Amino acid sequence: MDNIKQFINNNVKQYGMIIALVGIVILFQILTDGILLTPLNITNIIMQNSYIIVLAIGMLIVIITGEIDLSVGSVAAFVGAMAGILLVNQDLPIILSIVLCLVVGAAIGAWQGFWVAYVSIPSFIVTLAGMLIFRGLTLVALQGQTIAPFPDGFRSLSSSFLPEAFGGGELHLLTLLIGVVLSVIYIVNEIKLRKSDRQYNIQVPSAILFATKLALFVIVINLFTYMLALYEGIPYVLIILLVLVLGYTFMMNKTILGRHIYSVGGNEKAAKLSGVKTAKVKFIAFVNMGIMAALAGLIFAGRLNAATPQAGNLFELDAIAAAVIGGASFTGGVGRVFGAVIGALVMGVLNNGMSLMGIGIDWQQAIKGLVLLAAVAFDVLSKKK
Amino acid sequence: MMTSTILEMKSITKTFPGVKALDDVNLQVQEGEIHALIGENGAGKSTLMKVLSGVHPYGTYSGDIVYKGNTCEFKNINDSENLGIVIVHQELALIPELSIAENIFLGNERAKNGIINWNETRRKTRELLTKVGLHVNAEEQIKNIGVGQQQLVEIAKALSKEVELLILDEPTAALNEKDTENFLQLLLEFKKQGITSILISHKLKELFKVSDNITVLRDGKTISSYSLKNGDITEKHIIKDMVGRDLANLYPERNPNIKDEVVFEIKDWSVYHPLDSERQILHDVNLKVKRGEIVGLAGLMGAGRTELAMSVFGKSYGKKITGQLLKDGKEIVLNHVDQAIKNGLAYVSEDRKEYGLILIDSVKDNVTLANLEKVSKKNMIDKNLEVTQAEEIKSKINIKAPTIYQNTGNLSGGNQQKVVLGKWIFTDPDILILDEPTRGIDVGAKYEIYKIINDLAEQGKSIIVISSELPELLGICDRIYTLCEGRVTGSHDKEDASQESLMTYMTEVGGHYNG
Repeated sequence: MDNIKQFINNNVKQYGMIIALVGIVILFQILTDGILLTPLNITNIIMQNSYIIVLAIGMLIVIITGEIDLSVGSVAAFVGAMAGILLVNQDLPIILSIVLCLVVGAAIGAWQGFWVAYVSIPSFIVTLAGMLIFRGLTLVALQGQTIAPFPDGFRSLSSSFLPEAFGGGELHLLTLLIGVVLSVIYIVNEIKLRKSDRQYNIQVPSAILFATKLALFVIVINLFTYMLALYEGIPYVLIILLVLVLGYTFMMNKTILGRHIYSVGGNEKAAKLSGVKTAKVKFIAFVNMGIMAALAGLIFAGRLNAATPQAGNLFELDAIAAAVIGGASFTGGVGRVFGAVIGALVMGVLNNGMSLMGIGIDWQQAIKGLVLLAAVAFDVLSKKK
Repeated sequence: MMTSTILEMKSITKTFPGVKALDDVNLQVQEGEIHALIGENGAGKSTLMKVLSGVHPYGTYSGDIVYKGNTCEFKNINDSENLGIVIVHQELALIPELSIAENIFLGNERAKNGIINWNETRRKTRELLTKVGLHVNAEEQIKNIGVGQQQLVEIAKALSKEVELLILDEPTAALNEKDTENFLQLLLEFKKQGITSILISHKLKELFKVSDNITVLRDGKTISSYSLKNGDITEKHIIKDMVGRDLANLYPERNPNIKDEVVFEIKDWSVYHPLDSERQILHDVNLKVKRGEIVGLAGLMGAGRTELAMSVFGKSYGKKITGQLLKDGKEIVLNHVDQAIKNGLAYVSEDRKEYGLILIDSVKDNVTLANLEKVSKKNMIDKNLEVTQAEEIKSKINIKAPTIYQNTGNLSGGNQQKVVLGKWIFTDPDILILDEPTRGIDVGAKYEIYKIINDLAEQGKSIIVISSELPELLGICDRIYTLCEGRVTGSHDKEDASQESLMTYMTEVGGHYNG
């Protein structure tokens, strides 16, 4: 009993947002009479929020270094406009265009990173300027017009699904298989980790709790793929997200660069005197943010099937909210990639659920604002204890 | 002269979750005296003073506070201040961007209906500054005055509250010898005016110089209380009471094993101020360290000791740096900290919280930060290797933390300092520069730090120690350089040096020495 209590105490912080997410999902499942968790709507939620998740990962890293980026919505719009010009007006090949767009994103990130890291201008100011600059340039590039439609190949990036490999009928079999494979990989990995933790005297939860955790995860993942399989299967964009989440989690937890990023936000002066190239680390965070903003801009343009001057409006706030709800701290040094994804999903489910209920955009904004405040208040109060 | 008891704290017991911070503590302070309160870090001095000043309100502790014959129940700090009990905390609580006058009357503004009377504020400030002997414009911003002067501003702030009982928590920790001397004189001056003081300090010499009575705390208990007037109580008595054992010596025995080869040499090193490129901070400094040697750097504030260390360590300080660095006779160029680390240099900064540690990170993450390559393959951190290595450092230098996953922010000062040392030992340096390695830590932990320094020297490492405490330098170093206003004024073998002789060189201007 005590064991369980302690386990809960230790994990409320870590899993608090997951519990909140589950709560919100259940709430809207009831409020929408079960529409929320239909296969179609689950697929929708993923596709609607994919670009926010991409931005949230980039934003998380910037926030961990103790900085902020307000320009990501404008940058996403600018890159979307560029994609429109390259693909529609210039008729360039798709791959080449995507690569060019990502390079431009990196260049924008380098521009902002330069001012923040090497000239020491507060990132709030630099990216506030960037927000105006790139929104303006978007309007200039599009001359106030919308460019559409995109070629089919480009659109599939954000609206197509993994093809069925096994013929199949009602159910998308490849999707189910992927669910099973992921479960096995996860279980093997967790068991390995537990073994090595034991070996190095790191405290591990009891066998029952561990098994429960594994079982829960396997159930959730397979239920999820089953739902997707009932509709069209796995969207390409989900694969992109999966690769990003795993890749960035690995980078932040296992590499020297990741540790340096945390150290810069934790105490910049101490990191510097420990040989960490703090300016370079911040510069890299912004370049990365630029690439992520570009990717988000591409996904959004593909989904909308148009490059519009108003694209990406308020994306920066969704991204910041996602990172913060997911546990990142504005003082720097704290935050997890997985947390940011959960944070983005909290915001996404709120959006989706309220839309399904027919709540107007006005109330949606107000409620999202309150949720953001509540999440941070929870974090601050739980730290005070 | 009649003396009466102004304050009596009776059987104070204060418990924090899981810890008994104060256990039946008694303290008796006479009116008009300077009462010294001493004990190792964690002995309960600060907690006792927090109980007295109402930071820990009535009801959260048991026992009685009797002040001027009345039993007091302070609910907050205002209650105690109203009775004239004012505490000056160890960490200065001044706002750098505000002026001296604004700081002194912060929260206690000279105002009518919410509108501040600046003339009155300035007049009062000038009065108070004269009282504490600080001749600086009341409009000067705090950030523009030195630490010693800031300490005096804190005192002036306390005086502005009509203080009768002044509590000073480690007031001289950040002060140099000269400022300390002035400060102690000021305390004696206050005593003449009838102000009672409680002085918390680790520096026994100071306490013996000015205190009338002394109370020793250890592990949350009152151990002893002596009068210092008769002169029969010595520092040894006090130290014994503090640590609960005989410390035969404050410094561990040293059997130097110095090889006759110069490992590190600084040649004609000149540095200018980072913001004012006209102002020269260091003038043609020359310095040598041999293998296995512990060399001290003595100097007053502004002598350029920290500036020298940081400018050498990957140009972390200063502009227009000229001169040469030689390692094993070969010139090395260190433009960044990581180059310095790769060339075998380590620098433990004087401010461990600001420049040494990431307080929100674990012991493990802090220890490995400066040399992650050692536990990585292809830029990927090998978690198991990292854990093993961090554990090794932890046990090697005896860092007292439950696990290596403990956040360094939760450790005591001495253990934090060990983590910083551990971090640099982990980089396998040949030359360690230690800047005030024992500042603000207790006697027991100091001894352990000295032992670590000794061991490192024995392993053939060369060590440069910067310290404001001359006895410490004389206690652990083989040779001491004196610095004065950016110049090296002498190199003194331990045998030939005394505090007095060093002080002469530290205050002598213009004498130029070429080692």
